[in-house]
Amino acid sequence: MEQVLQALVTIAIGVGGCAFWYWASNTVLDTVYPARGPNAGSNINKANLIRPWLFVGPAVVILAAYLIYPVINTLYRSFMDKTSSNFVGTSNYSWLLADGKFHESMLNQFLWLLVVPALATFFGLLAAQLTDRIRWGNFGKSLIFMPMAISFVGAGVIWKFVYANTEGSQIGLLNAVVQAFGGDPQHWLQLPFWNNILLMVVLVWIQAGFAMVILSAALRGIPEDTIEAAIIDGANPFQIFFKIKIPQIASTIGVVWTTITITVLKVFDIVYVMTNGEWGTQVLANMMYDLLFDQSDYGRGSAVAIVIMILVLPIMWWNVRNARKELR
Amino acid sequence: MENMAGKKPALVWAVNLSAAALVLLWLIPTVGLFVTSFRDKDQIIASGWWNAFFSSEQTERFRTDPATQTQVGAEWVIEGTALPPGSSEISAWGTKTTEPGAYAPGETVDLGDGVNLTVNADGTYKMVSPVEFDDDQRIFAQAEVPPSFSLNGYSRVLMGEGIGQAFFNTATVAIPATIIPILMAAFAAYALAWMPFKARGFLIAVIVGLLVVPLQLALIPMKLLHSSLGIQGFLGVWLAHAGFGLPLAIYLLRNYMAGLPRDIIENARVDGATEFQIFFKIILPLSFPALASFSIFQFLWTWNDLLVAKVFLPTKDQEVLTVAIAKMMGSKGGEWDLLAVAAFVSIVVPLIVFFSLQRFLVRGLLSGSVK
Repeated sequence: MEQVLQALVTIAIGVGGCAFWYWASNTVLDTVYPARGPNAGSNINKANLIRPWLFVGPAVVILAAYLIYPVINTLYRSFMDKTSSNFVGTSNYSWLLADGKFHESMLNQFLWLLVVPALATFFGLLAAQLTDRIRWGNFGKSLIFMPMAISFVGAGVIWKFVYANTEGSQIGLLNAVVQAFGGDPQHWLQLPFWNNILLMVVLVWIQAGFAMVILSAALRGIPEDTIEAAIIDGANPFQIFFKIKIPQIASTIGVVWTTITITVLKVFDIVYVMTNGEWGTQVLANMMYDLLFDQSDYGRGSAVAIVIMILVLPIMWWNVRNARKELR
Repeated sequence: MENMAGKKPALVWAVNLSAAALVLLWLIPTVGLFVTSFRDKDQIIASGWWNAFFSSEQTERFRTDPATQTQVGAEWVIEGTALPPGSSEISAWGTKTTEPGAYAPGETVDLGDGVNLTVNADGTYKMVSPVEFDDDQRIFAQAEVPPSFSLNGYSRVLMGEGIGQAFFNTATVAIPATIIPILMAAFAAYALAWMPFKARGFLIAVIVGLLVVPLQLALIPMKLLHSSLGIQGFLGVWLAHAGFGLPLAIYLLRNYMAGLPRDIIENARVDGATEFQIFFKIILPLSFPALASFSIFQFLWTWNDLLVAKVFLPTKDQEVLTVAIAKMMGSKGGEWDLLAVAAFVSIVVPLIVFFSLQRFLVRGLLSGSVK
């Protein structure tokens, strides 16, 4: 009971404090420049210059502190030594280039970037196609979409149990299936190369629902007449799908693909809880965590963070360009 | 599209079956852990969860207790019960690890030195010896154990393993970390959508750019900044989550608010409403769908987050569910009874939110990505 009370009080203070700022700052502005009296006109103009900043102010401060400052600070630290006290030039980066674990991380990261968006989009498209044609489609969609609500850690437990290898009777589903088909049980998460794929399966499982929801909406948005015209021209279902539907939803597939790509670049929790980067499964985000927090090496850890940032940059540039186009 | 699949019954069946297969494939891993969380510890290890609904053969080891022996005439007797828990009848018994089911119930076996052992079907045994027992004897009893489910695991994990406390900590992190950025983002989005000021276009471009910045970059700089400013505990996590959630929140809400009808807002301004009144009485109620969909995202994200909580809440008494579970996986990797329960305690709230508010979630996803 005490825990609940404590939590409620803490929550009330946090949320109340935040709401108070907006109320108080606006009240002050309205008192200093009241929108009535002899100077009403000029007061309104002055207030209108200041008020947007009262509204965006807190957000801008938080964004600057939590996203912009850290990027600059991390860049700076990546050129400093372990404790950020001496300038070491590019030696953190040259250490990375020579490090075997970093090569492994980069290689795995590219494998993840290739496999996860492709498979998630594929299964999303497949699920969208199938569920859009059946009566219980919405129910089916919900169930495929559900892993989206499960944490990476929860998903890690769920799948580690699927991959479990026990002595005696197998309680891991994968090994039981393999045995039923006459194969030998394996320590799946320690099996070189394939353990990477099995970790990717977890993320595909989570992301396919996201791809399905968006692609299903896009598929339903395709004008009926383009499909009817194709049917009249004698196209078979495969031709309709690949030559009529896919080209029309290509831009949506692009959005799904890039969104999942960003998730993949940041993937940390799954690898951390399932293998912690052992047995050849290291990825960049986990390597960075390892360097920063287990080895307390701010220089090298920051350098890995900058590598992740560089990989994200093209997508960032593309997004900003599109957004500016829309604003005009 | 209907006229393609709707006509041929064979095709309809094929589509239904493939859809069912896909849905099952997606569901089974979760179901496995869910079933496991209700099973007894011994049964989890003894058989796969898919056997949980059937009886299983279990072997249990017992030891006779020489302290309970009684002298009957010239013989020494030990009596007791060797019945695996959950069963009412044994199917076989034995005295060696290699042959735990060597003898039938009711059979009397000579163990050498004139010692006789009888184990009956109801599990009661009688061991008779011409001399006094000075050592105990192993008895293996096998029985068909009917499926049994219990909430024992839940009560144990919630009370004993600190998961109950972690649950409240997670809620303390997630609720303000959802409301605070929404509040900030709503004000900022309104200003960016409807208040003309100079830096507006630039700010919007910056926010779009920040959408994809990996939060990993912020960990060390913010941790050091927090400790130099004296910010710690939940406040630090709230601010961090606010920072990481704001770009998406502002982006979604601004897009939505910019699409609201211009007349309503300008009429209100002409009628002398202050910006604050317009915001609270017109903009917020009209933006409800967008607010709801972002709240769900942010809530799921903060409830499920591991990294931010791990870095910004280092003390044991403020540990959240994901961190506690990650630790359990490291130290108690094989104890599936504990892990399954802990995982489901952490999953249940997001699932409730997900299934009850799915509509808004889908709408939010679509407004964010389909152009």
